[in-house]
Amino acid sequence: MDARAIREQFPILDQEVNGHPLVYLDSSASSQKPLQVIEAVDHYYRTTNSNVHRGVHTLGSRATDLYEGAREKVRRFINAKSTAEIIFNRGATTAINIVAQSYGLANVTKEDEIVITPMEHHSNIIPWQQVAKITGATLKYIPLQEDGTISLDDVRKTVTSNTKIVAIAHISNVLGTINPIKEITKIAHENGAVIVVDGAQSAPHLQVDVQDLDCDFYTFSGHKMCAPTGIGVLYGKQALLEKMEPVEFGGEMIDIVDMYESTWKELPWKFEGGTPIIASAVGLGAAIDFLTDLGMDNIVQHEEKLAAYALERLSEIEGLTIYGPKKRAALVTFNLDDVHPHDVSTVLDTEGIAIRAGHHCAQLLMKWLNTSATARASMYLYNTEDDIDRLVAGLLKTKEYFGNVAY
Amino acid sequence: MSHINLDTLYRQVIMDHYKHPRNRGTFDDDSLTVEMNNPTCGDRIFLQFKLDGDIVKDVKFTGEGCSISLASASMMTQAIKGKKIEESIKLSKLFSDMMLGKEVDIDEFGLEDIEALQGVSNFPARIKCATLAWKAMEKVNKE
Repeated sequence: MDARAIREQFPILDQEVNGHPLVYLDSSASSQKPLQVIEAVDHYYRTTNSNVHRGVHTLGSRATDLYEGAREKVRRFINAKSTAEIIFNRGATTAINIVAQSYGLANVTKEDEIVITPMEHHSNIIPWQQVAKITGATLKYIPLQEDGTISLDDVRKTVTSNTKIVAIAHISNVLGTINPIKEITKIAHENGAVIVVDGAQSAPHLQVDVQDLDCDFYTFSGHKMCAPTGIGVLYGKQALLEKMEPVEFGGEMIDIVDMYESTWKELPWKFEGGTPIIASAVGLGAAIDFLTDLGMDNIVQHEEKLAAYALERLSEIEGLTIYGPKKRAALVTFNLDDVHPHDVSTVLDTEGIAIRAGHHCAQLLMKWLNTSATARASMYLYNTEDDIDRLVAGLLKTKEYFGNVAY
Repeated sequence: MSHINLDTLYRQVIMDHYKHPRNRGTFDDDSLTVEMNNPTCGDRIFLQFKLDGDIVKDVKFTGEGCSISLASASMMTQAIKGKKIEESIKLSKLFSDMMLGKEVDIDEFGLEDIEALQGVSNFPARIKCATLAWKAMEKVNKE
């Protein structure tokens, strides 16, 4: 895979920031968009825009075809059995909240347990805290190993026959840990629990096969995988989704409306109340085409090489602490001794380098790491070893700057 | 050369307050305490006050944060010591104005060092770091 050639398809990367060519290392927060996606959305608005699933005019049916076509692309992308299992919504946060409020509140009682981990993003913690509060259920945590991974023994110890839901990230947005979802799913199922997988950090970077994983729910966000903001996916096994009640009611999701009672459309539409996020869904379809054409295997290979290179180069910097396991996704979270991550990020920004600094919506993990904030460089298919070299040079400059100015 | 000059942000006097904070610590009693977080970045600040009527007799701070937020906290405690709460809150508004790049009379703070924070207004992402301690201090009015 030629990252340099790929880079040319991302117009935003071709600019100077603060007098330096932009190095974008914040793709775990949000990825950039290739021309193909930008043009698909532009083309949709110029030629096709109208509401879907209503009316009989030509634009309406073209828009519907594009919207439903995007759903089929998502189905193929994660190898779901049917498009009935692909629900469009605003993103992984919304998707997890749908499962929590619909499946969670209906199936969890005060004798039950919900199992999560301390490495979850807030979006996979708070919805379960709320379900636990409302139902009286117990919220349990699978402990982390010293290197920030999870051991299957600990999963077996934590998940019991009282566990109704296991909710876990496929990839940690801070540690880069890749969790063994298939094995954890098996343990959840042996105990009669369902598993909800937060795929926000994995769908953009790995070949995901929901049938192979056998997970019950899988959620992800389009904007982290080259698609526009505002579109995300909830995958659920059809048998589960059939039994679940919608959480948003209104237009688009109904079958027959009577004065005091109504019935719902069939899947997946019963979960898509209101006019859907059509243009962004079209953009997601284009992003999936883009990723599939490159080949997810090639992306994985490219990122594994980049992650190894970044780990190697960053380890050379004295006074720099790296968090997380050796085998990881293409992101490196770190701290520089005696320099707060905000200050690191500001200095890097003046060099045209964009990284993330803060708690990364993972306050539990910050406590576990015994720090209040960290810096994170996260990579994607358009990053190159040159970007890592620039990062390393920027960090050396940061060290030097604060060494001089600090006392 | 960077287009933005880092030295306009990290002035010597800021780094001095960061490395050698004034009024850092706690009182060993149940003095009036206020707390504020910046939920987007994880910075936290705790302020403790000794009040004499509506006058800030003494004030101390503790917390976690970057150089800008801690230096600003250090300067804030110096600036409001001996002032009335009402005056202190007026200074906080003045400080916010300064962060927005407005022309303000620095002399009103009665602390020359604060002028060094003026450069933060060129770094929009860092303004919230600088105002955290001041916003926390405003909460004392409600306590």
